[in-house]
Amino acid sequence: MLPFPIQHFGQMTVQQPHRSIPLWRDVRVLRVFAQVAFLVLLALLLGYLFRNMLAALRQQGLGLGFSFLRLTAGFDIGEYLIPFSRASSYGSAFIVGLLNTALVSVLGIILATILGVIVGVARLSKNILVQGLARAYIEALRNVPLLVMLIFWYSGLFLKLPRVNQATPGPGGVLFTNRGIAIPWGIPTETYPTYLVILTVGLLVAIITAAVCIWIGRRTGRGPLAWAWSLFAFVLVAVIGWIALPSAPLLVDAPALQGLRIAGGKQLSPEFMALLSGLAIYTSAFIADVVRAGIQAVPKGQVEAAKAIGLKDAAVLRLVVFPQALRVIIPPLTGHYLNLTKNSSLAVAIGYPDLFSVGGTVLNQSGRAVEVISLVMAVYLTLSLLTSLLMNWYNRRLKFVER
Amino acid sequence: MIEAQAPRPQDVLPPPVERYTILGWMYRNLFSSWFNALLTFAAVALVYAIGKPLLTWTFSQARWEVVSVNIRLLMAGQYPVAELWRVWLCVHLLAVLGGLSWGVWVRGYRLVGLIVLAAPLGLAAALQGGPARIHLVAAAIVALVAYVLGRVAGRRIQRTLITLWIVYLPLVLLIVNGIGRETDPLRLVSSNLWGGLLLTLLLTAVGILVSFPLGILLALGRRSQLPIIRWSSIAYIELVRGVPLVTILFMAQIMLPLFLPAEIKIDRVVRAMVGIILFTAAYQAENIRGGLQAIPPGQFDAAKAIGLSGIQSMVLIIMPQALRNVIPVLVGQFIALYKDTSLVAIVGLLDLLGIAKSIVSQPQFIGLQREAYLFVTLIYWFLSYFMAHLSQRLEVALGVGER
Repeated sequence: MLPFPIQHFGQMTVQQPHRSIPLWRDVRVLRVFAQVAFLVLLALLLGYLFRNMLAALRQQGLGLGFSFLRLTAGFDIGEYLIPFSRASSYGSAFIVGLLNTALVSVLGIILATILGVIVGVARLSKNILVQGLARAYIEALRNVPLLVMLIFWYSGLFLKLPRVNQATPGPGGVLFTNRGIAIPWGIPTETYPTYLVILTVGLLVAIITAAVCIWIGRRTGRGPLAWAWSLFAFVLVAVIGWIALPSAPLLVDAPALQGLRIAGGKQLSPEFMALLSGLAIYTSAFIADVVRAGIQAVPKGQVEAAKAIGLKDAAVLRLVVFPQALRVIIPPLTGHYLNLTKNSSLAVAIGYPDLFSVGGTVLNQSGRAVEVISLVMAVYLTLSLLTSLLMNWYNRRLKFVER
Repeated sequence: MIEAQAPRPQDVLPPPVERYTILGWMYRNLFSSWFNALLTFAAVALVYAIGKPLLTWTFSQARWEVVSVNIRLLMAGQYPVAELWRVWLCVHLLAVLGGLSWGVWVRGYRLVGLIVLAAPLGLAAALQGGPARIHLVAAAIVALVAYVLGRVAGRRIQRTLITLWIVYLPLVLLIVNGIGRETDPLRLVSSNLWGGLLLTLLLTAVGILVSFPLGILLALGRRSQLPIIRWSSIAYIELVRGVPLVTILFMAQIMLPLFLPAEIKIDRVVRAMVGIILFTAAYQAENIRGGLQAIPPGQFDAAKAIGLSGIQSMVLIIMPQALRNVIPVLVGQFIALYKDTSLVAIVGLLDLLGIAKSIVSQPQFIGLQREAYLFVTLIYWFLSYFMAHLSQRLEVALGVGER
């Protein structure tokens, strides 16, 4: 016996006269109606908020519009990659901030990746001490807010370095002071532009070398190492160019103490150093975990097979484990790169003039809250979307090709 | 022909137990090859180079009075002293719940339990006196009693306990915020006076609780078959996830008052809460969507087959399973948010970090940034490490990924 009555549909096969479904029960109509209603509600809400905003702005005597970007900024920015002075416009202030954000993000991503891969591999080391250290590093950093770390780094470390007049040169002529770290830097001489042309030629030669190596590899099946040969070609051209020019294109300029200030070299401000090291170290802990998970995802048999055909430990890692681990690593890695870029906005807490921090200054100076905030958000959004597009493209290239 | 005879079970020797001396263990784990030995020495040198100055500083040079003098500010900010008993009430309630849960669910981990119990006693010993001492000892006793009760009651009170945990956070909000007028025993305490760790935890709790339903709606919206609703949800989620939290907090502080009609005034803590909720909702939506995607389509079909409507099958069949899958991820989100709330210090709120910042800017505590920020770092680290550990246990207990 079934626990429920069986309904018989036999009689219903008799064709009933065609009756249209009433509108309020027609799914197609309902769907359209629901969406229209949602859209109207959304528009009403947004319109209400927008009207309030316009009213509030009118009360403050402000309008909406981006023409203020052409006005004179009237404030200084500590660090800039393009010429900037207080006579420049708000618009160029934004560009200075954007470039600073880009600089710190790109450098941070590179450093964080290197550190993260090292710690991630160390986390799987056979040496129990190294493994423990890597684990402590990851656990210590993952559970602390980045902002706290940045402020601690900045005010507890970089500002507590010796004063300028007490600084002693470190290895390689690097000066550590509480007003920044000065490193030796090259000064371009009159032959520098020519040397840049030579470098471009070197780059072209390197690309051609790589192409030739790959072509040989395709034909013979035993291609030379493309990256090694092209690097060699580039270095060769660069060295020959350096020697061939009548005078050296760059003069090394070591920083030196000059009374109460530092002369020469390249000075990296404590804000920049704190932000860069904080971002890189913090993100490296997350990348290390991603790398560890990626390596562990490679089946053990792959490593054993690689060892069985006689590869050494380093070669196993480079030729067998990493290429397969990359497929697992790339998607979460993209997320951490994006986080690093977004986290660089915390620069405002320690006074490094990144996009957000410059935006804050512009906002205070011009009073254009709505425009400034939307502009800053739009730029971050674009950066995020661009990064994820790029990484998605790379991810697709790496995808396992099934034959 | 000799037949191979299978050995009888009692003749098979067990595999040899690996047994080695301390030297053997060291050889295996630390000095198995010259490279490994080199790594060991490098690691020991690193630990020594970092550890020695750190320990010297902690125990002989650091001036921890900056923490002990300001402990009330760091914990509760400017919450009125006369009303502090409410905060303590919340702590005692937490002790009850924590003790009961430990008694019901946790087996083993005696040492960890003892440490958790000893922590408030140790803190009490470190304090100079006052009501905080009594409260801390009382909390430890309450937790111990609750643990015994939980042990006795066992799994019977499981469901009650879960309900109590869910009720706990709104209850805390009610107790801290208060109701009624000046003369009532539970008078209103303006949220402008909340501060320190209290504010950090409240921001986190409110952020998670309120953003949760929003996140469910957005996740459902993103999976909706109605294009307008789907695209609106996607636009919101991607927009919020593409920009840094600090820009959203800034927007909430500056633009929210513009969006609302002039009559409505909301204070800064509430504005920050709105920003955090809007931000977290997008991330919650993605977490919940992950849980929804893991539900096999057969569940939808089965729900339809037994005649449930769309909403019914969502509420009764799909959501309970999806949410169970994402509980560990949600705890992870809670930890991330707990760390992210430190960003409200940038917009001038006095949370744990903000209050530390304002303490070290006072003339009598100048130059003590390291001590103050290290203490803040330790609090953040300890709580988030503890929660991360709990979430791992929760994952095992719930059997996520096993069914």
